[in-house]
Amino acid sequence: MSISKEEVKHIAKLSKLNLTEQELDKYTNDLSDIVNFANELSNIDVDGIKPTAHILDIKNVFRKDEVQPSYDREQILKNAPSKDAGCISVPKVVE
Amino acid sequence: MKDYEVIIGLEVHAELSTKTKIYCNCSTSFGADPNTHCCPICTGMPGTLPVLNEKVVEYAIKAGLATNCEISRFSKQDRKNYFYPDLPKAYQISQYDLPLCIGGHVDINVDGNKKTIGITRIHIEEDAGKLIHDAYTGDTLVDMNRCAVPLIEIVSEPDIRNADEAVAYMQTLKSILEYLEVCDCKMQEGSLRCDVNLSVRPVGQKEFGTRTETKNLNSFRAIHNLIEFETKRQIEVLENGGVIHQETIRWDDAKGVGYAMRSKEDAQDYRYFPEPDLAPIVLSDEYINDIKNSLPEMPHIKKERYVSEFNLPEYDAEILTASKHTADYFEKATAACNNPKAVANWIMGDFTKMLNEKEIEINESKVTEENLASLICLIDKGTISSKIAKQIFEEMFETGEKAEDIVNKKGLVQISDEGAIKEIVKKVVEANPQSVADYKAGKDRAIGFLVGQIMKETKGKANPQIVNKLLLEIINN
Amino acid sequence: MDLYSLTLTDIAKKIKNKEVTIKEVLDSVYSRIDEVEPKVDAYITLTRDMAYQRAEELQQRLDNGEDIGVLGGVPIAIKDNICTNSVKTTCASRMLENFTPIYNATVVKRLEDAGAIMVGKTNMDEFAMGSSTETSYIKKTKNPWNLARVPGGSSGGSAAAVSADMAYAALGSDTGGSIRQPASYCSVVGLKPTYGLISRFGLIAFASSLDQIGPFTKTVEDAALMLNVIAGYDKMDTTSANVEKVDYVSGLSNNLNGKVVGIPTDFITDGINKDVKLAYDKAIETVKNAGAKVQEIKLEYAKYSLATYYIIATAEASSNLGRYDGIRYGYRAKDFSDLDELYVKSRTEGFGEEVKRRIMLGTYVLSSGYYDAYYKRAQQVRTLIVENFKKAFEACDVIMIPTAPNTSFKFGAHNASPLEMYLEDIYTVPVNIAGLPGISVPGGFDNNGMPIGIQFIAKAFDEKTLLQAAYAFEQNTDYHTERPKIEEGK
Repeated sequence: MSISKEEVKHIAKLSKLNLTEQELDKYTNDLSDIVNFANELSNIDVDGIKPTAHILDIKNVFRKDEVQPSYDREQILKNAPSKDAGCISVPKVVE
Repeated sequence: MKDYEVIIGLEVHAELSTKTKIYCNCSTSFGADPNTHCCPICTGMPGTLPVLNEKVVEYAIKAGLATNCEISRFSKQDRKNYFYPDLPKAYQISQYDLPLCIGGHVDINVDGNKKTIGITRIHIEEDAGKLIHDAYTGDTLVDMNRCAVPLIEIVSEPDIRNADEAVAYMQTLKSILEYLEVCDCKMQEGSLRCDVNLSVRPVGQKEFGTRTETKNLNSFRAIHNLIEFETKRQIEVLENGGVIHQETIRWDDAKGVGYAMRSKEDAQDYRYFPEPDLAPIVLSDEYINDIKNSLPEMPHIKKERYVSEFNLPEYDAEILTASKHTADYFEKATAACNNPKAVANWIMGDFTKMLNEKEIEINESKVTEENLASLICLIDKGTISSKIAKQIFEEMFETGEKAEDIVNKKGLVQISDEGAIKEIVKKVVEANPQSVADYKAGKDRAIGFLVGQIMKETKGKANPQIVNKLLLEIINN
Repeated sequence: MDLYSLTLTDIAKKIKNKEVTIKEVLDSVYSRIDEVEPKVDAYITLTRDMAYQRAEELQQRLDNGEDIGVLGGVPIAIKDNICTNSVKTTCASRMLENFTPIYNATVVKRLEDAGAIMVGKTNMDEFAMGSSTETSYIKKTKNPWNLARVPGGSSGGSAAAVSADMAYAALGSDTGGSIRQPASYCSVVGLKPTYGLISRFGLIAFASSLDQIGPFTKTVEDAALMLNVIAGYDKMDTTSANVEKVDYVSGLSNNLNGKVVGIPTDFITDGINKDVKLAYDKAIETVKNAGAKVQEIKLEYAKYSLATYYIIATAEASSNLGRYDGIRYGYRAKDFSDLDELYVKSRTEGFGEEVKRRIMLGTYVLSSGYYDAYYKRAQQVRTLIVENFKKAFEACDVIMIPTAPNTSFKFGAHNASPLEMYLEDIYTVPVNIAGLPGISVPGGFDNNGMPIGIQFIAKAFDEKTLLQAAYAFEQNTDYHTERPKIEEGK
């Protein structure tokens, strides 16, 4: 199974990426190659095998509900490309 | 026109009243300056990792137990991926296929009719930030204080059939969450809000109709009005041969109108997958039982107790227990004056009217439980009349002063001294011979006029029973 | 002998014994950097002023008789995906070219507490995605053994810096081989610890369930010393393991008496360079001579690691890299007419080709309808690979395989096919998939004089045995004593 151009367009959109026609061709090729390679996994019998989401056998890692000082706003906004009135500023969000 | 059945499901979001956010130690308190309750973790800075607040799990389980849910022994958190300026990591940590609580129900009461509403699931997740429209620049401003405030999402079964049921369900949940003290339920601040999923179908049709979703309704009125509006709209569309699109409705509460947002060309694909930065939540029976044993008395149990212990009518008990604040108030005041019926009458009468006018909750009122109790004691002892008491209460409500202080300050003590009252009765009788004559001629109404004159003379402080008794004695002699 | 060419262990001792001042050490390292960095391009940022200031403070404390830590005064380099408070951390991406963290990664704090001095931040593949450091937006790092060739990746800057004596040690990160493979290409020691042994807090995530920080050093003993400093539980990282503290330095011995070294013959098949195969065969003889018993083992699922890796790693990456959207930090496109255009343009202009490829692949495997076929299945195969290793370790103490099937290649050699480049990770990726510790040690040279690395793999949290095997191998060979000429070769 390989990936179609339409699918690449769709995932580019989901990823908020824009592709030129040329890039679309190249990525369709590359991704198809990789997906074809990854398809070797479909030959493995995984019936009844538990998926590994965590390599360590961890559970119930919790933090106490205790307030610690927050950061200065100046620090929080230090890297923001655009800010106004103590907030990060973005183009109008249309609800 | 065909008969239609309305199918409604609610997704209720409740901000948990933990001290800190779900994955970091920043404060959750409401109303701070923008972006001052923030740290690298809750603003999604590169390299940061979440660590789950233990109280979030405890509070969610409380909500699950109180709504008769099964508590999952194994549950995990997942990432829901989408881009939005109020979502710093571009994913929301939520729960997908293994939520903390599943399969519960609550009983609601609409005009005396009981109904059970199923609860599909309750899961934990993080809240998003706040977007503020800047009218001056036309831009949108992002305040991240609310980012990662813990939420539970309570998803109902599509068991709700009309606006009244939806409001009753929401009220019931609010009451439960308040009793549990896991959410402050301040709807105007958005700490309790809901999404309404609604579809209609001709009566008798088996399949559900296409549903629309309206997000973030944060008052009972908005829920009610939206449902009425959307029900009417959908039926009209169908009656006119149209089709309902699966889309989002934006509700303008001020105008009372909903706008259908054209459905996006491609459906959202959230690409859920297990959150690799967080460990599974594995709960023991012991842990769950400990929480179960720590649950407070819930409203329906309390209601039964009020009927049996305080001899209250079921109606009173229902109203008093609907809000935890009211119930707490009632019990404290009753303990102080030992007159449950009087306390109930006060709370359910003028007091509530005044609270509603001011749009505050009983626990925010200036009248303390002790002060209401001593006012009732003054009436019971005959120190003041109940008419005067109303006047005093109004002042207590405005100023928070004690009943005794107002009584003393204004000299409102009831006159029960027969000698003193007799003098005034005599004076009034002498001054109104015509009325006396009318009475004697059989015009009973004349007595009312005479009592009124006496009360006027005493500025309303005369004990009415004694006035009546003495007046009749004097006229009839 | 120049100070810069000493080992971490030796220079730390000399400073402690006041044979040299910290300033003299810094002078030596920075003059070395001035001399060779223009040729190698290992660093993105040099933190010279900070370093000298810190050197002064540390020297004063030392002169006052204070203990300034086991790494007191030692210059160390940090990969540029590890957050350093108030020092730019770029991930070698246009996206974060001007990003300055407001907090320190846990490992950075630990190094500081141990007295280390940061010399600078090293170059890498953009967001650690690559095997040659060529995907860096900032610069191309050259292999000190031949400036016409790549240093490996993604931690190519760290490997080259240590190899060219521009730091006594460096931190890197390893998601699928990003420490071990460049260590192999540059003939230094590169250690990827067990998943969970080192806190990931402050490491800019590529693939959360695979990423792990580890050191580059000139010797195995130095790697053990670095591990002593950076290992340990961190409450800021849920996936950090709460295991007992171990002294990795003590008890290293130069023989492997009583140890069983596993050889996964079925996994080492075609595609391996003949010089690498020769070096590997020689390594088998070396461990035998050092007293080990050599045992053939089977890793029948290991060959599926690469496919498993590219599904899991890209899926997690697609999510981890969503936050680079031009809103809160990082690159924001100049011209946009609305919010969506701001997102799309910022990401399209801010990310390089390989990063985009992986984001899209990860988005694809997680997207509706494909989750079970790809992501879930990969997690199931991951379970099989984990069990495979568990079984193998019933028969041996450590596994030995080459670090990479080939030696360093020329710039641009794999431009045409990304998949070809991915295959360079075939021997390192299974270790990440299984969460195990692995180390690459210098193991010879090919006929072009390019280094070959030999990799040891141990059970989870058995770094002690891992380091012991690597140390014995090192002590019974002299590849690690050879230094690169830092000039252009074939």
